[in-house]
Amino acid sequence: MNVMTKPTITEDHRTIGDVQMEVKNITLRFGGVTAIHNTSFNIRHGEIRAIIGPNGAGKTSMLNVINGFYHPQEGTITFKGEERRDMRPHIAATQGIARTFQNVALFKGMTTLDNIMTGRSLKMKKNIFWQILYEGPAKMEEIENRKFVETIIDFLEIQHIRRMPVGKLPYGLQKRVELGRALAMEPELLLLDEPMAGMNVEEKEDMSRFIIDINEEFGTTIALIEHDMGVVMDLSDRVVVLDHGELIADGTPDEVQKNQDVIDAYLGVAHD
Amino acid sequence: MLFFLETVISGLLAGVMYSLVALGFVLIFKASGVFNFAQGVLALFAALTLVGLLSGTTPFTHVDNPALAMPAWAAIPATILVMVLIAVLVERFILRHLVNQDQIILFMSMVGLAYVLEGAGDIIWGSDVKVIDLGLPQGAWDWLLDSHGLYIEKIELVAAGVAGALVIVLAIFFQKTRIGRALRAVADDHQAALSVGISLRTIWIIVWSVAGVVALVTGVMWGAKSGIQFSLSLIALKALPVLILGGFESIPGAIVGGLIIGVGEKLAEVYGGEVIVALFGRWIEIDPGIFTATENWFAYVLALVFLLFRPQGLFGEKIIERV
Repeated sequence: MNVMTKPTITEDHRTIGDVQMEVKNITLRFGGVTAIHNTSFNIRHGEIRAIIGPNGAGKTSMLNVINGFYHPQEGTITFKGEERRDMRPHIAATQGIARTFQNVALFKGMTTLDNIMTGRSLKMKKNIFWQILYEGPAKMEEIENRKFVETIIDFLEIQHIRRMPVGKLPYGLQKRVELGRALAMEPELLLLDEPMAGMNVEEKEDMSRFIIDINEEFGTTIALIEHDMGVVMDLSDRVVVLDHGELIADGTPDEVQKNQDVIDAYLGVAHD
Repeated sequence: MLFFLETVISGLLAGVMYSLVALGFVLIFKASGVFNFAQGVLALFAALTLVGLLSGTTPFTHVDNPALAMPAWAAIPATILVMVLIAVLVERFILRHLVNQDQIILFMSMVGLAYVLEGAGDIIWGSDVKVIDLGLPQGAWDWLLDSHGLYIEKIELVAAGVAGALVIVLAIFFQKTRIGRALRAVADDHQAALSVGISLRTIWIIVWSVAGVVALVTGVMWGAKSGIQFSLSLIALKALPVLILGGFESIPGAIVGGLIIGVGEKLAEVYGGEVIVALFGRWIEIDPGIFTATENWFAYVLALVFLLFRPQGLFGEKIIERV
């Protein structure tokens, strides 16, 4: 297993720093079903970390633990030096963890612009009385944040759908809007749950480019779940492999590809 | 012609009252997907509280003590505070525990809430019919009566004005502000809203508080018209056909739906009999007076017709989704 501790410079000249997120001995049960069993790994500043594994391996459950939707029965989560028994969605959001969902969870009745603006919720502080008046400070705040959102819209090249209700957009674009909403939070750690699922080759290439750009330009740490192995091996610095809720491998893409347990898990060798 | 105009106008003004009730429903339905069966009782409770504070009634004993009577400028904010408190309690003791539950479970909890609130209103403020005196103008608008011979009640005009103002404020609040956007976000997807740092609890408290204020306005207007009595809680039922007409998720729908039903009722009452006789009188003998008490049934018949031909209502969101 490859455990890196010192800042490393990657081949493409990005700096990967110390540990940003550490999950330790996480066990998550739903009644009698153990979704995750005693799993530990870390995510380092500025890296692209992939979480892979066959269906039902516990990948999405793990993301839900990291951003506080699920509360594990055992283990700890350490983010930016703070150790917790479990995470809460509100704390995760405040601390700089943003995410997207496997089955696109957008606010369907709202426009692209409004959807991305919701990502600014925590950046906007003016209280309800100013909000009701919708004048003065509240309006200024709205304009400032709108400017930020416009840069994201430009970055993701979705200017043309700014005013369209997202429910009517094609799937690939919806995924992009969802990414925009997460980016609007200016996250330090971005969790992407199957960002390329259901996309065609061209859309996948676009999405890969966005992920690399986000990581390089903003220095955002990215943890992603993905089934397209080509994409995973190309994008990620390190890969965690889960199978049946247990961690079976953790290392660079090359190491993981050669790991016998991983090969067995994907080819369906019987578990004793 | 003048009579027709008078019928239409008084129908419109009565419709405003229906719209107000429906508005409370729509707000809560939009934000939490809960069909708030308790909205009528909420209106009753708000009005009872206001009257209690205005006349200095000691809670639970129902004895009026004029020395404790609050002036209107203090009693109204105090009542609003009570409504906010109810919102906090509803979130704390009901909604928080029922996240992600089925619609029917939430609905039943609202039925329960309605009974609890009705009982609480009875125990705290007493069950006798009360008169509300906020100095709202009563009687007909003399100027119109003298110059055009139109009989329009002042209180209804005031209600229309207040409802109009309320709708404009709410529309701006929902469309233009961060909190409004957060409200719509929560209505669409709880998990996604949580993931961007929107607090469900805060949003629910805000939305129930707003519904409480709408309930207060509703209670006062209905109360000023017909006294504050427990049958006020039944006006909640009247909101159902309004919502079916307007669409459950649409604020403009609640307004237009209320107006259509208000006018429809009045027109049916006045002209319905004649129309029926004109249409079928050739074959059967009909008493032109059959169309009475339209306020009891007309709205529901109209709602049935809508359910058959346009189930999402006039302004309802048509369910379009890519799968």
